[in-house]
Amino acid sequence: MARNPFRSEAEAYRFLLLTVGYFALIVVAASIATWLGFVVFVALTAAAVGLWLRSRSSEPALKPAVPPRPGAVDERRILVIANETVGGDELLSIVRSKAEGVREQVLVVCPALNSQVRTWASDEDGARAAAQRRLDSSLAQLRSHGIAARGEVGDGDPLQAIEDALRTFGADEVVISTHPEGRSNWLERNVVGGARERFDVPITHVVVDLEATGS
Amino acid sequence: MSAHAEGHHGPPIANKSSRIDSTVLGMFLFIASEAMLFGAFFTAYFFVRVVNPEAQAWPLEPFHLPVYVAGVNTAILLTSSFTMHWALQSIKRGNRAGLQAGLVLTLLMGLAFLLTQMLEYARIGFNPSDGAFGTIFFGLTGLHGAHVFVGLTLLTVATVRAFRGHFTPEHHHGVEIPGIYWHFVDVMWIVVYATIYLL
Repeated sequence: MARNPFRSEAEAYRFLLLTVGYFALIVVAASIATWLGFVVFVALTAAAVGLWLRSRSSEPALKPAVPPRPGAVDERRILVIANETVGGDELLSIVRSKAEGVREQVLVVCPALNSQVRTWASDEDGARAAAQRRLDSSLAQLRSHGIAARGEVGDGDPLQAIEDALRTFGADEVVISTHPEGRSNWLERNVVGGARERFDVPITHVVVDLEATGS
Repeated sequence: MSAHAEGHHGPPIANKSSRIDSTVLGMFLFIASEAMLFGAFFTAYFFVRVVNPEAQAWPLEPFHLPVYVAGVNTAILLTSSFTMHWALQSIKRGNRAGLQAGLVLTLLMGLAFLLTQMLEYARIGFNPSDGAFGTIFFGLTGLHGAHVFVGLTLLTVATVRAFRGHFTPEHHHGVEIPGIYWHFVDVMWIVVYATIYLL
């Protein structure tokens, strides 16, 4: 199967032998007839790409290495992932209800959403500043309701932001807040389904309709 | 805000915003930059071929490439990859003599490859200034030769360290990395040789 040839010398050596075989077949075929060389090139390349794709899809799903859960046993650790909906009433009410009657620790993560071009150019300052403003306002609201919450700006990819937060926060559950279906880019990208598949933590999905509430 | 008092001492935990290990990512980026560098030269080479569609044989007259000499040189380089692999396998089994012998043989064969290429340059009968083909030929093979030189430098360091007893079956990272690089150089030569000399 296709393996990463640059992880060890043995894999690199194996890759070299495969490369020798690949080009030897193409050269032999091309020496018989040019068109045959081209056909062999296309066939071998397609086979190599196919094997590589198959090996990628058969890889077991990556599970994050969640550190041992910090904090006391009777404490409930809630990780909230939200961006534009971070100050929504529905989200505040669900966090309030989950924090009711327990010693809660709430971490709110605002992914620094950015355009692809700006991400590639490492131009993240604006996105992070905007996320920080939304986060500050949301934290102020949560604290005004007596919820002990802290927050941080996360990676622009919401799933990556969850994984980063889980590594340090060790949540009992994750709350993902999105716009309603049709207006939510995260729902279109199946962020909630992806999170349920990728993380071994209960995931709650909250829909916040900012237009309906006039927020 | 009680979560701030979670008892972590020392520097803050690194924020890992990537699912790829940083060392592997570094190697990927290096290989990607190398692929783009060689890719630029190959693009120029194929452009030269495409704009000469009437050519019955390649390269065009009056250029002649020493295919067999380069073939022997290819065999030398491939054998050096085998000795490199043998050197690594030896130290993994605790065989230091095998490691030393493998590295010395790899080094000698790499030197032989470079010397043969220099002799080829001296006798090939055209210069980098003799048209686009001459420029691309010397550019591509010279670029590869520069990589062989870098590989030989890494191997020299690894060989000296091997004779000083720096490597053990558990700790041989200083041979593993030059080994990966050396195989990469060989892979690139296979592509260069097959494309320029044979196809």
